[in-house]
Amino acid sequence: MLYREAGDFKTSYHADNQTFPIKFDRIGFWITMAIAFLVIPFVINDYWANAIFVPFLIYAIAAIGLNILTGYCGQVSLGTGGFMAVGAYACYKLMTAFPDVSIVIHIILAGGITAAVGAAFGLPSLRIKGFYLAVATLAAQFFLVWLFNKVSWFYNYSASGQINAPERFVAGVAVTGPNTAPWAQYMICLVFLTVCALIARNLTRGTVGRSWMAIRDMDIAAEIIGVNPLKAKLTAFAVSSFFVGISGALFFSVYLGAVEVGEAFGIQKSFLVLFMIIIGGLGSIFGCFAGAAFLVLLPVALKVLGVDVLGWPTDLVAHLNLVIVGALIMFFLIKEPHGLAQLWRLAKEKLRLWPFPY
Amino acid sequence: MSADFLYGIEVIINGLMAGVLYALVALGFVLIFKASGIFNYAQGVMALFAALTLVGIMEGQVPFSHLINAIFGTEVHHFGWEVPALLAIALTVLIMIGFAWAVQRFVFRHLVGQEPIILFMATIGLAYFLEGVGDLMWGSDIKTLALGLPQGGSLAVEEWTAGLGGDDFYGFFIDKLDMIATIVAILLVASLIIFAQYTKQGRAMRAVADDHQAALSVGISLNFIWVLVWSLAGIVALVAGVMWGAKSGVQFSLSLIALKALPVLMLGGFTSIPGAIVGGLIIGVGEKLFEYTIGAPFLGGATENWFAYMLALIFLVFRPQGLFGEKIIERV
Amino acid sequence: MKMKTLAAMAIGATMAAAPAMAELVIPDLSYRTGPYAAGGTPFSDGYQDYFNLLNARDGGIGGEAVRIVECETGYNTEKGVECYESTKGEGALIYQPLSTGITYQLIPKATADEIPIHTMGYGRTSAANGEVFNWVFNYPANYWDAASVAVNYLLDENGGSLDGKKIALVYHNSAYGKEPIRTLEALSEMHGFTLSQLAVDHPGQEQKSQWLQIRRERPDYVLMWGWGVMNQVAVQEAANINFPMENFIGNWWAGAEHDVTPAGAAANGYKSLNMNRVVDYPVLEEIKSQVHEAGNAAGDGSNVGKVLYVRGMYAAMLAAEAIAKAQEIHGVSAVTPAMVRDGMEALEITNARMAELGMEGIGPEFSVSCQDHGGAGQGLVQQWNASAGTWEPLTDFISPDDSVIAPLVAEDSAAFAAESNITPGCL
Repeated sequence: MLYREAGDFKTSYHADNQTFPIKFDRIGFWITMAIAFLVIPFVINDYWANAIFVPFLIYAIAAIGLNILTGYCGQVSLGTGGFMAVGAYACYKLMTAFPDVSIVIHIILAGGITAAVGAAFGLPSLRIKGFYLAVATLAAQFFLVWLFNKVSWFYNYSASGQINAPERFVAGVAVTGPNTAPWAQYMICLVFLTVCALIARNLTRGTVGRSWMAIRDMDIAAEIIGVNPLKAKLTAFAVSSFFVGISGALFFSVYLGAVEVGEAFGIQKSFLVLFMIIIGGLGSIFGCFAGAAFLVLLPVALKVLGVDVLGWPTDLVAHLNLVIVGALIMFFLIKEPHGLAQLWRLAKEKLRLWPFPY
Repeated sequence: MSADFLYGIEVIINGLMAGVLYALVALGFVLIFKASGIFNYAQGVMALFAALTLVGIMEGQVPFSHLINAIFGTEVHHFGWEVPALLAIALTVLIMIGFAWAVQRFVFRHLVGQEPIILFMATIGLAYFLEGVGDLMWGSDIKTLALGLPQGGSLAVEEWTAGLGGDDFYGFFIDKLDMIATIVAILLVASLIIFAQYTKQGRAMRAVADDHQAALSVGISLNFIWVLVWSLAGIVALVAGVMWGAKSGVQFSLSLIALKALPVLMLGGFTSIPGAIVGGLIIGVGEKLFEYTIGAPFLGGATENWFAYMLALIFLVFRPQGLFGEKIIERV
Repeated sequence: MKMKTLAAMAIGATMAAAPAMAELVIPDLSYRTGPYAAGGTPFSDGYQDYFNLLNARDGGIGGEAVRIVECETGYNTEKGVECYESTKGEGALIYQPLSTGITYQLIPKATADEIPIHTMGYGRTSAANGEVFNWVFNYPANYWDAASVAVNYLLDENGGSLDGKKIALVYHNSAYGKEPIRTLEALSEMHGFTLSQLAVDHPGQEQKSQWLQIRRERPDYVLMWGWGVMNQVAVQEAANINFPMENFIGNWWAGAEHDVTPAGAAANGYKSLNMNRVVDYPVLEEIKSQVHEAGNAAGDGSNVGKVLYVRGMYAAMLAAEAIAKAQEIHGVSAVTPAMVRDGMEALEITNARMAELGMEGIGPEFSVSCQDHGGAGQGLVQQWNASAGTWEPLTDFISPDDSVIAPLVAEDSAAFAAESNITPGCL
């Protein structure tokens, strides 16, 4: 009763093609948007922005990027951290080389550069498949991190080897640098996420997305029915890296403000983003949000519960944290191997009938 | 012979030795992947956990003492006894078998038939879990492994070979620990092969690796076989943990040795035990030789990590299933 | 997603509740987990134990009780940011981030929030220039000082000349590891030694290539900028190739007990720099009797007297002295972060004061000024005695060569000031 798909008749092709064809989804989408854009910016403070919302939004962008590659096109990648680093360093070089150009353009360009790098590292995917490919993308991960560490041109020859985001403004409001208001940090990430998510959602519903999924389901069969695997795989790598690059640029400029490549974009980052999309649900944009929220919020929530509420020693809580996160991952997979997105689908099924079970 | 050439040979020898150590980690991956199709991300953490358990038992540490102290306000740390090394190893093996059983019973039994990526994800959960449990059980300080393994360069080899070159050549350097590791690895692989070829369980294991359903239909218990391979992987993890832990002390970073094994797996193929060995040797020699000839003189060094992956990547472009991997046949 | 957000919000709201004012809040960003736990735990124990001692013995600082808020960072930058944001609201007076990565995050943030940061022997070296970095202090010494101290020590060993000597630097291939390179290059030109650089990639478990290279090149001395598992492996590998351990000198993050114990007797003679002398201080007894026996020990109490424990205690002492100074300057006991900053800038550590505190000679004498946040820059050399299991101070505090370091600091801080639009000046 609460969630209905029936009775929602379309009278035009245009209506049938809209991003959210079901009325309930549309309403839900607009309510979420209203809360995200009109409520949260007014109540957010430093803690909420820096500890929860900004990392969540940025990881969600990265997760969308990786999900396009892994969830929609079936190419497992462990190079996400390296590609995020490309985005971050591209953004830094652009920011310092062209200080008068808007940071928004820099971030988008950083995404474009990452897309090119990603497509280049995607070439082996034409030959290598499955876990072999996953491990092969690690070559990109290690090589890129080594490169950014080694070549001092990337960090403008600074003695520290770190890159620092200078202060930049969008419409007169600081979005990077130390004096950024939490709502400004939040808003720029939110706008990027919203645009990315809408692009991703529509891409996956269109020709490109369908060719990706055909490749994912069986590449030989797809090739036989006329999908060009070269084009499909490389576009998937490029589009995926574009989003990942944007998230890397935001991660550096808006969230952290200063990064060192090995520490911020190491192999753990690649794994973390992969965990997000698997827990959230492969091949689902909603899953990206769910997965990012799960892995950003859960450790913070457990820490707050253990240290601040129960008053346990911090190291004990950190260890228990690992145990609980690990156990929960296994538990979820046993109960629902297709991730949180599938749980949400099941919940919708239930809601469709509720409160009359038959 | 010129000193540079001789040192090149020395680098190759040491690369081979390092390769053996990589192969030890890779073996654990192969065992599990072959029998159950699970890419076990937790292999590195298992090595850490096994080594921690070994040291903990030897030193008579009270497991979970930190947790117990925090909850009950007690002050227990040690039982006050020390367990001899061999007994401690036996106990650790028992614990790893218990661990294998628990993993099979509570996790993977419920995930039979799932897609590989889901199984992979479950092992990641397992890695987190085991890392947390290891820390809770034995604490997170660095422990010294007092097994009395010999360390240091072998003087005999050094003196014996010093005459090969001129004054600027000091003889070959070969670490005694590496020699031990090589011998242990040879014994381990030999016994694994004998086990797989000549025992009933070993044959059953190979049958399962070939075809799950056919194995089931002739009455082989899949559950038993899977517990068996996880136990074997646990034992291999213990050996790897001891060999690596002897160098650096037993500490958290031990779990990162898994990253050293991944290019080996790519190169050797996920399903081949000889592949793991040969892959390990190729990676070991390749990365050391690259660092010696190109990396350190021209690129500023520290190239080994990415070069290992690049080498494997280039190799895979020509042979996508790895060196000894099963030929990938795709049908529509 | 929304439900979860709301639930977490509810938890967070209780946490962000109003700070209690009548106490001195000191956050302790510790790392007792993860790959560097062995280094983070003793430091944090020492840091907390000293404040607990002040509470138990003197009733806090200037009559105000100290409240420590510990937050686990796991040496992870993102968790560090979370820790900063969550402790900042409680009225944190001074941050000791204990990680170079986290320090770089916090420098702009804390400057904007006007909370002082003390990075003792790590972090951004050019923060020694107090006119650019008003809120950041890195006394008593920094990495460039350390490189210079090491070279000065070697000069001393060699009768004042290193001409024609070969020195190899084995460093962690990260921003931290690369810190001493510029200083050492400048010094090698000045003193005529050749410097070869050997990078070790993170995490550093496999260093065979580097040590084979050292074996081939036979440098006279090896310096090491290492951290984590890299230290233990390097000490072991140096022993393996029979490198004379007394010619192998680590920096002060590569010279604690846990760095050498895994190698056992082979590590005997290994040297490292230190910024705090480690001997048996009377204050340690007080900590044992007044803090540990009262059951208030941070951690399990097993780390008292270790190198990093003493360093943590030293850091706490410097913070406490700065707070006391701030109370004296401003005439109030409930100081604010801005007042603590003033206290830090007016800080003066004398031998008499250190003796009074029961830790005679733990650090060099130094005073801080608006221009100079870096302190004396002195360090000493200590040597590992494997059979006794102790680090023994070999030298007194050695001064660095300021003529080399000062221009480097000026150059780097000027670059930062230009990049961040800061006009140098005192507050």
